[in-house]
Amino acid sequence: MTNIPTRRSGGLRRIFALVRKETLQVFRDPSSIAVGIVMPMLLLVLFGYGLSFDVKNVPVALVMEDSSADARGAVSGFELSDYFDAVPVKTMAEAQRLLLDKTVNAIVRIPPDFARRIELGNAEIQVLVHGTDANTARISLGYAQGAIATWLAREAARGRMLAGAPISVDSRLWFNEANESTYFLVPGLIVLVMTLIGALLTSLVMAREWERGTFEALFVTPVRSSEVLLGKIVPYFVLGMIGLALSVVGSKLLFGVPLRGSLAILIVVSMLYLLVALGIGLVISSVTKSQFVASQITLVATFLPAMMLSGFMFDLRSMPWAIQVITYIFPARYFVSLLQTLFLAGDIWAVILPNAAVLATMATVLMGLSVVFTRKRIG
Amino acid sequence: MIESLFRILALMRKEMLAMFKDPKSRVSLILPPILQCLIFGYAATYDLNNVPYALVDQDRSAASQALVAKLDGSRIFTRVATLDQAAQAAPFIDNQQAVLVIVIDRDFQKNLSAGRQTPVQVIADGRNSNTAGTAQGYVGTILAAFGQEWRASQGLPGAAVQVTTRAWYNPGLETRWNMIPSLIGTITMMMTMMLTAMSVAREREEGTFDQLLVTPFRPSEIMIGKAVPSMMVGVTQSTLILLVAKFWFQIPFAGSYVILYLGLVLFLAAAVGIGLFLSSIVGNMQQAMILTFVVLMPFMLLSGLTAPISNMPAALQYFTLINPLRYAISITHQVYLEGAGLAQLAPEMLALVAIAAVTLPFAAWMFRNRLT
Amino acid sequence: MTTVEPPVAVAAANLRKVFRRATGETVVALDGISFSARQGTLTAIVGPDGAGKTTLMRLVCGLMTADSGDLDVIGINVAANPQEVQDRIGYMPQKFGLYEDLSVQENLDLYAELHGVTPEQRKAIYPRLMEMTQLGSFTGRLAGKLSGGMKQKLGLACTLVRSPQLLLLDEPTVGVDPLSRRELWEIVLKLVRDEGLTVIVTTSYLDEAERCDHAVVMHAGQVLAQGMPGEITAKAEGCTFMATPPDGMPARSLQARLFQLPQVIDAVPEAGKVRIVRAFAEERNPLALNGAPIPLEAVPARFEDGFMMLFHAVAGGGLRNVMTLDHPPTGDGDTIAVEVHDLTRTFGDFTAVNHVSFEVRKGEIYGLLGPNGAGKSTTFRMLCGLLPATSGTLRVAGADLRTSRAEARQRLGYVAQKFSLYGQLSVDENLDFFASAYGLRGTRKRDRIAWAKQQFELDRFSDLPSGQLPGGFKQRLAMAASLLHEPEILFLDEATSGADPMARREFWGRITSLSEQGVTVIVTTHFMDEAEYCDRVVILDAGRTLAEGTPAEIRAHAHPTEGREPTMEDAFIAIVEESRREQDSPIARSAA
Repeated sequence: MTNIPTRRSGGLRRIFALVRKETLQVFRDPSSIAVGIVMPMLLLVLFGYGLSFDVKNVPVALVMEDSSADARGAVSGFELSDYFDAVPVKTMAEAQRLLLDKTVNAIVRIPPDFARRIELGNAEIQVLVHGTDANTARISLGYAQGAIATWLAREAARGRMLAGAPISVDSRLWFNEANESTYFLVPGLIVLVMTLIGALLTSLVMAREWERGTFEALFVTPVRSSEVLLGKIVPYFVLGMIGLALSVVGSKLLFGVPLRGSLAILIVVSMLYLLVALGIGLVISSVTKSQFVASQITLVATFLPAMMLSGFMFDLRSMPWAIQVITYIFPARYFVSLLQTLFLAGDIWAVILPNAAVLATMATVLMGLSVVFTRKRIG
Repeated sequence: MIESLFRILALMRKEMLAMFKDPKSRVSLILPPILQCLIFGYAATYDLNNVPYALVDQDRSAASQALVAKLDGSRIFTRVATLDQAAQAAPFIDNQQAVLVIVIDRDFQKNLSAGRQTPVQVIADGRNSNTAGTAQGYVGTILAAFGQEWRASQGLPGAAVQVTTRAWYNPGLETRWNMIPSLIGTITMMMTMMLTAMSVAREREEGTFDQLLVTPFRPSEIMIGKAVPSMMVGVTQSTLILLVAKFWFQIPFAGSYVILYLGLVLFLAAAVGIGLFLSSIVGNMQQAMILTFVVLMPFMLLSGLTAPISNMPAALQYFTLINPLRYAISITHQVYLEGAGLAQLAPEMLALVAIAAVTLPFAAWMFRNRLT
Repeated sequence: MTTVEPPVAVAAANLRKVFRRATGETVVALDGISFSARQGTLTAIVGPDGAGKTTLMRLVCGLMTADSGDLDVIGINVAANPQEVQDRIGYMPQKFGLYEDLSVQENLDLYAELHGVTPEQRKAIYPRLMEMTQLGSFTGRLAGKLSGGMKQKLGLACTLVRSPQLLLLDEPTVGVDPLSRRELWEIVLKLVRDEGLTVIVTTSYLDEAERCDHAVVMHAGQVLAQGMPGEITAKAEGCTFMATPPDGMPARSLQARLFQLPQVIDAVPEAGKVRIVRAFAEERNPLALNGAPIPLEAVPARFEDGFMMLFHAVAGGGLRNVMTLDHPPTGDGDTIAVEVHDLTRTFGDFTAVNHVSFEVRKGEIYGLLGPNGAGKSTTFRMLCGLLPATSGTLRVAGADLRTSRAEARQRLGYVAQKFSLYGQLSVDENLDFFASAYGLRGTRKRDRIAWAKQQFELDRFSDLPSGQLPGGFKQRLAMAASLLHEPEILFLDEATSGADPMARREFWGRITSLSEQGVTVIVTTHFMDEAEYCDRVVILDAGRTLAEGTPAEIRAHAHPTEGREPTMEDAFIAIVEESRREQDSPIARSAA
């Protein structure tokens, strides 16, 4: 009745058994489901509805100290525009009070002798913004200038050259004609979901086995350490792909985000990134063997960089060179670049090939490291 | 009463020892906040510089040359290619070599001199629409200024109407001024919530919590003894970030330190309260970690840190009312940049007190009444 | 019978293994160990905590490599080819890592797959395993919801899904009740006797070693002796006696006093008398206590006696087990210290404690006994105020700790089953914290901490993080922390689980002297011989009281056995089995 397992078929069967075990555990642990299913949905809603850089309906105080037709004309752009909610205010003092307590974000002031000074050729319109949220402030300023420029152009069409030579900016936004920030947030969403499932969840479940001593008995079986690793990788890989599917389908259905590149390439590069994230999670947990330490390191080494240093929220090119060098260490930047291109631009090989190559290299190295660090040894 | 105080002090001492005894954990409480503040201080900016652009100059006139010189001299834009036709520009955007393509029309100088509408085409890579929008805004500003200057240099009449703009509290409109004070709340909340959420879960997992419960400690004493050390760590981390903001990034501090610290203490009480609350309901450390994460995520995203709260739909805006980070960011902005006084901050401060007043007692109640 | 010895399955020569602590100091775990285990035999490795038993097991199964020495396992050099060995052996670690969120069946299936057991083979082996472990009706239950004994049996089943060439069991019976322990051993012995399996087991239950073919006695990383258990037993031949205590003196008091005598190597209470081991067989003089001679009656030696004899030779005597309280509790012995009336606790539709009542008088040692999942821990947690009762009343030192003010908790001390002080804090820091928690301050605090460190011999570990203390000292520190405030009542939950024979004697010595000074002690234990130290015990099963009374009264329940007086363990098993028969459902042993 002694039956030494045959080497060839045994490996596959053992991997299958480990995958089955891990899958059962995923379904029984609410926290795995929380990370794999709830988190993508939550992020989808937050990114889709919650985060919007599109400045619309900016409350703006209009201080009309001149009541001429020109003055009314100059502010007509604010009253009609979708970008602004105009609030007529009597005095500058009151407007400043409103700006201070942030009831309005900007003040547009037409000084008393506006019409007369137009004739003299030195009229002025003052635009004041609350600068603490610099980004919104800058966008509001741009819109305000645009609103005034519209009036100037209308006057120019009627032969009144109030603005000298109006250079008009004829803007085109490629890939995102509607200027929806949801379009560029979706790639970020996928990066975060993949990072959480691949690195955080995997490092937690792997460290848990070391902590609870479940590996000790498991190791004294015909199982090889590479099989133990594969048994961990496969289920969380699948969970990660489910997260990807949820994110892609959700963003398409809820927000109409286009996918202009091919789905196949998206899947392939996502797999590569997922392998990188899994590799990081496995290496961290094998080295630390503690859930607490592993989770802390994973957070600092994967999640925060994916959020801040990947280019999905903040532009990489504007960072100081030292920070830019740091961003090259983290896989997230390559993945974000790929996702932005695949979703909004299309299959642009000049972007896809180099970034995918880096991810593939990282995946290979990390998988190798995890094999090196996961030894069937105790203590 | 006095007995109670001594017990609380003993517990605080124990908590501090547990946190600071190990040199590794000492370093992990001090170094990451500073590093994060430095890295994110530089990284988290919507300001642009060195924006690569491709130029299509179909006019090749003195005026177009002058405009290009102005763009190149702005330090915001870096020219990566000069092309003859707009059709050649597409690959530069596709391959992410350029964010913008600026197309100067054949009749640029002629129109400008004649005082006609002078369109300049600006094509932007919309993959990051935020960057694209900002870059286009910059181009617009430069073009408007250029029009005036050029006509003045040619002795042509200038504009009858000038638009003058000013930004309060942040004259250069640097996002860094906005971001770094926000990091005080964001980074400390992340660290303190994790710390407290793990603390009770860890004691339960290691069995020391039962040992604590059979001593004369009251649940409220345990709650205070656990909350205060975490808050002290939080205050220390805030101070470190504040120092980095003030002395490294040189962001001028406009308000009162007393008010800022009052706000931070209230904020930390609320954050620690949520941490303890989570810690008291979970069964083990893994669940504590993940639950904290699921809670932290919306708190961070819906705090006004990355995108303004006023842009959010009403339902999510209501949710932000229970988000302590929202108030912390609002308080730090107002105190740090605007020099706001207590009266102005009363609503935020009261909201934080309310959050702490709900979460802390609930956590204390759960200490004893959670069935294992 | 032939004289040809079976071939060697495990041969170890001069194994040495040194660990480096995080603090930098080195610990010699194995210091030149040589032993061999023969095929088809059962080898026991016994020794106190820190002797190196677990390290040795891990070396044998290739989870660690020795610094020097040779180790051959089933003919394979395990250091060079650990996988070859792991393909062929079965190993059950001390803390068997069952997946608690998987069911019994799923755990078994996992190990069957990993060992390459085909579905057809499983059809043959599963019914056997289920019959052996009696887990058949629990296959769908999550492993985390099993009682301690059932977990161990499942762990064993998982290692036996295919017949290994060698089976390694590391402390398989720690924390397991006497019934499950007996069942586990029946399984193991059957495997060795009927199927010729080679088994190596480490244990701190010395009666288990007696049933093995070969015993290896380890101490401080070295082998003290090895041979047939009889050879070890023989070392105490002629030195063992039963001493009868004078009227009115509890056996444990006589035991504590006899233990102090230089010529007495070992003394344990047994069946109302005291079993002693004297240093020399030729010494025939009666022992005297306060001038009065103690009648002695010679009895045959057993393995434990021989083991203690060996130990005395290397470790010396001087077991410290008496302690003096500065302020012993006042009041006479008729005061009721703990009163439990009609106590019930349900979890959903499961009743963990079912109308239990008992009273404990001041200064008594009261034992809560019962199989795993009997409701002992639940009762304990309710007594300490950690869990509310569903119905019934309980008063501890005159108060219900659940609802009383915090000060009431000042009067009790609690030592948990698992070491539960702060592992990363040093001995001094832990003592300081618990002293302050109990309201001690200034000179009084300093005095009490000094007292505790002196009484428990903790001085040399003052600055060591308590998590790194040797096992026995962890237990001492836990006791020290619970006694700082001189409680009137002491709760000890399986305080000796996993402790070695030396540590248990020392522990009970302290408990005896505390009780003599008026401290009320309530204990739970799985060592039935320890029940002999109690004044009275209650036996619980499935949440109900089965029997209550003095050890002598309980022993009377036992079926008569040939050749010896019935022990506590015989009585316990008889009582529980009888009750389960009456219940007519052997599965009533559900887990808590």
